[in-house]
Amino acid sequence: METLSLLSLSPPGWGATLLAGLWNSILIAVGAFGMGLVLGTLGAWGKIHGGPVTRDLLALYTTVVRAVPELILILILYFGVTDLVNQLLLALGHDRIQISGIAAGITVLGVVQGAYATEVLRGALLSVPQGQVEAARAMGMPPFLMARRIIFPAMLGLAMPGLANLWLIATKDTALLAVVGFAELTFATRQAAGTTKAFFTFFLAAGAIYLIITLLSTWAFHRIEGWARRGEPRNAG
Amino acid sequence: MRDWLQPHRIILALIGVALVLWCATQMRWDWLPKYAPMMAEGIWRTVWLLVLSSLLGMALAIPLGLAQAAGPWVLAAPARAFCTVIRGTPLLLQIWLLYYGLGSLFPQFPWIRESDLWPILRQAWPYALLALTLSFAGYEGEVMRGAFRSVPRGQLEAARAMGMPRLKILTRIWLPQAVRNVLPTLGGETVLQMKATPLVATITVVEIYAVSSRVRQDTFIIYEPLLLLAVVYMALAGLIVLLFRWIERTGPQTRPAGR
Repeated sequence: METLSLLSLSPPGWGATLLAGLWNSILIAVGAFGMGLVLGTLGAWGKIHGGPVTRDLLALYTTVVRAVPELILILILYFGVTDLVNQLLLALGHDRIQISGIAAGITVLGVVQGAYATEVLRGALLSVPQGQVEAARAMGMPPFLMARRIIFPAMLGLAMPGLANLWLIATKDTALLAVVGFAELTFATRQAAGTTKAFFTFFLAAGAIYLIITLLSTWAFHRIEGWARRGEPRNAG
Repeated sequence: MRDWLQPHRIILALIGVALVLWCATQMRWDWLPKYAPMMAEGIWRTVWLLVLSSLLGMALAIPLGLAQAAGPWVLAAPARAFCTVIRGTPLLLQIWLLYYGLGSLFPQFPWIRESDLWPILRQAWPYALLALTLSFAGYEGEVMRGAFRSVPRGQLEAARAMGMPRLKILTRIWLPQAVRNVLPTLGGETVLQMKATPLVATITVVEIYAVSSRVRQDTFIIYEPLLLLAVVYMALAGLIVLLFRWIERTGPQTRPAGR
């Protein structure tokens, strides 16, 4: 138990390193989740209203991303995106740049999240009663107002469980970036544990941090879902 | 078949074929013959880890689900805590905790070092298998909890009324219906478990992902091994989906009413 002092915030302890890692993890999780929502909204819209080619391409995107391990997608996109950006810059006559770990992490996990979000949001969009949309259109509502006032509130409650799940996946997937050497929480933990040899102390502490994030998010999403479903009749089941 | 003969699909397929041909001819594949035996071994190890950890994990998940669905709180509370902890922390962290943590703890005890198990415990794969098994058990314990609850009460009451012993009710009535109800979910979860296997490469288990990393380090070829790896995993995912579809087709087709 004397290793507990290693968790303190001031230098002999590694607490500050862990917290810096945690901050990076949260930043990436939030960014990736947000990007996933944007991609997912576009994807869901395309899968429902798009032409045959759009639909097939989106089906390909969601199938491939959901069949290939995140770790490999991260590596492919990590190398690929960096390469692509640099070749583009070179072609335009600029110098090579080093893409920041945070930007690359957000992009990569965002693309992965987008595939899952597409399916979640598509399901929620499809379950908005068609009559409500028709009624809004009959009242002469412009499309954007209809999306904001009718479709979004109606689908929110249905999409919430899926989105909560996605957020939890996003927080845990940030740990994968440790493999490419990005200093998020898991990587910082391993560094600290490797240096001090206090493996249990640090890994258990990091586990506790992740667990707290999970429990807090679960509670928060539960509250949001309750709020989104206010006024809905309770089902018997 | 008719679905595939629409004009836009034919064009997309042609573009796809052209892409594959381009990859095959323009990219570097000369390393492949040299590393092929190693890759086959890696695929075998991945499959072996996946199958064993899924089976063992499922064997743990059934009591975990049962305890949460119908057990007294003395059993339900620890089972629920276990599932929450496993599902609430990243698998990579769990793997490293077991490998580095236990791996640094064991050598301190002479009786472990002198036991017959030590040659096995010194390797990485037992920790990989343990971590994957516990992870699968945690996620599936939650699935099985719902599955056990979804079996209609009348079925169990009827079995009890026929005087079936409790163990037989479980093996003949409760478990088969519960598993059948969640077969699609279990299929998806097995694909997720397959997607988790490359993480064990970080603790020096040489499965297919580790082999491809090795190729990258040896030859400085980046994309080709990764692309091949993606294809291998997609094929494995396809096989798992087909396997579960086959399992779903065997046995009775009707679902219990009212679900």
